Amino acid sequence: MKDRVRQVIKDHAGLAADVNSLPDDADLYRAGMTSHASVNVMVALEDTFEVEFPDSMLKRSVFESVDSISTALEQIGVAA
Amino acid sequence: MPLRVGLDLVEVSTVVESLRGPHRDRYLGRVYTEREVEACRGTAGEIEPHRLAARFAAKEATIKALPGAGEEVALTQIEVIEDGSGGVALALSGRAAELLAESGAREVAVSLTHEGTYAAATVVVS
Repeated sequence: MKDRVRQVIKDHAGLAADVNSLPDDADLYRAGMTSHASVNVMVALEDTFEVEFPDSMLKRSVFESVDSISTALEQIGVAA
Repeated sequence: MPLRVGLDLVEVSTVVESLRGPHRDRYLGRVYTEREVEACRGTAGEIEPHRLAARFAAKEATIKALPGAGEEVALTQIEVIEDGSGGVALALSGRAAELLAESGAREVAVSLTHEGTYAAATVVVS
């Protein structure tokens, strides 16, 4: 799953750095992800994994890192 | 509640990319209401990205101005509507509306702008 998450981040987060050089707990916002880019990441994750994040997960902290995104996806039923 | 202000700036090109990308439909559905999308259509029916970008900026500006709005609030719960006199206003629903009520604020106002490659919005909550 994390490889697919990283691909989504690479394609949609608008980071200057190579996402594959960032640790799983790296803060994506500090790495340059804007609020609009985080929305693009969210919708891309939803399409990629065929899920919808509930309102309770619409938090900055959920989309903050590869780790937090992966945890959230597991919580809504995506197999690790 | 003391006066609170939110301001946000959006690069229109990022919205253009979202509209051209493979997740366009979900992007539109998760971020904007149908009414907002329709309000951003030009004379030929196409969505004008700078107007959409200004509305995105308004949603982010609201999140900055309204305590708690950055958590568990869908962006569609913060809606930019036309006020009938040529201007715009905010219509909050669901959790966003609850937060406004809980804040004790009596008014919320929004102003949009766009020029060239940028769009921006300011929201005041008082």
